Amino acid sequence: MNALLLRDMRLAMRAGGGFGLSLAFFLIVVVLVPFGVGPEMGLLSKIAPGILWVGALLACLLSLDRIFALDFEDGTLDLLATAPLPLEAVVSVKSFAHWITTGLPLVLAAPVLGVLLGLQSDAFYWIVLSLLLGTPALSVIGTFGAALTVGLKRGGLLLSLLVLPLYVPTLIFGAELARRGIVGMDVGTPMSLLLGITFASIALLPFASAAVLKINLR
Amino acid sequence: MTLTVSNLSVLRASRHLLSGVGFEVSAGQALILRGPNGLGKTTLLRTIAGLQPVHEGQVDMPEDMAVYAGHLDGIKSTLTVRENLEFWASVFGTGSIDAAIAVFDMDQLIDRPGGMLSAGQKRRLGLARLMVTGRPIWLLDEPTVSLDTVAVGQFGDMIAGHLDRGGIAVIATHIDLGLGARAETLDLSQFKAAPEQQFNPNEAFL
Repeated sequence: MNALLLRDMRLAMRAGGGFGLSLAFFLIVVVLVPFGVGPEMGLLSKIAPGILWVGALLACLLSLDRIFALDFEDGTLDLLATAPLPLEAVVSVKSFAHWITTGLPLVLAAPVLGVLLGLQSDAFYWIVLSLLLGTPALSVIGTFGAALTVGLKRGGLLLSLLVLPLYVPTLIFGAELARRGIVGMDVGTPMSLLLGITFASIALLPFASAAVLKINLR
Repeated sequence: MTLTVSNLSVLRASRHLLSGVGFEVSAGQALILRGPNGLGKTTLLRTIAGLQPVHEGQVDMPEDMAVYAGHLDGIKSTLTVRENLEFWASVFGTGSIDAAIAVFDMDQLIDRPGGMLSAGQKRRLGLARLMVTGRPIWLLDEPTVSLDTVAVGQFGDMIAGHLDRGGIAVIATHIDLGLGARAETLDLSQFKAAPEQQFNPNEAFL
């Protein structure tokens, strides 16, 4: 399993792996917002958690089709399916690798971009915390979408259409957690719901992903 | 150890390709599958490998013993030959990749990225992967495609060595690998499913 994780991360870092792509996309989306909304700092800092969350979500979406499509095209997926690793483990490892190469950099970049949106420094904590708890769910749910569309040529758009609605609960509770934390309200409810979604997806979705992958490999 | 296939029906996209396929291969033996294009050789091999569900009949072999090598070699273009092989070696929990490199004389290519290999070199790497899996049952689909005559000879030696170690090989190929009496040939045309044996597509979802 370690070998697969290392390989996926190595592939992501090398040319064409798309490691910096999501991060650059996140940066651009967040930078564009002040241009569109105007330079009013009060308004910007108010919508900042939402912007950062939507930006992170879209950036995450961008690299989803790489999780399985490349391995499917060159036959690696067939070979992995007959390897001693259970397919559920392959799926979990791949979503973890996706989170490390996409989700984690987004979490770390969020405070830096928060500055552009006029966020106060005490708000960074809540942004980072909410993204840290929410982005694993984005990767795992996205892996499920990628598994569903793996056999399709140019299935990227379909993948987005399938996955984005599934991202809605994570987005709602993630952004709400950040917003409440920043204004000093009680964060118990959004935090437990966000954690619930994240843990439930990590625990259950790999089985669903492995099952659809098996059907798609036929 | 034996690989026994009995009364196996093979489906591809809910179309019946082969039915009633039966054979037995025991340790140290190879089975060569023949038949015209589109007959279902690939699908049969994938079914034995467990990549396709068994529709009817049975495939009996010890669990986790088979390894499949199809038309695609599963080579990552940004990883070097060594990294590609070492990845599979650690997935299958076997240590050394030296034997695999020696089979096809790949020492010169060892640090070259997979994307820089020619079609034949890729195929050699894909076949060398079988050596690092450490599994005794090899299911090979047209393994000699894009290999030159030297490499085909090396491949024949590799199979012979595998059989010597008590391995099993089921190979869909049309060329002679020089395995002599250890290889039996099975013509799959006799198992071709009758066209009226249509499979109800709804059952695919059950």
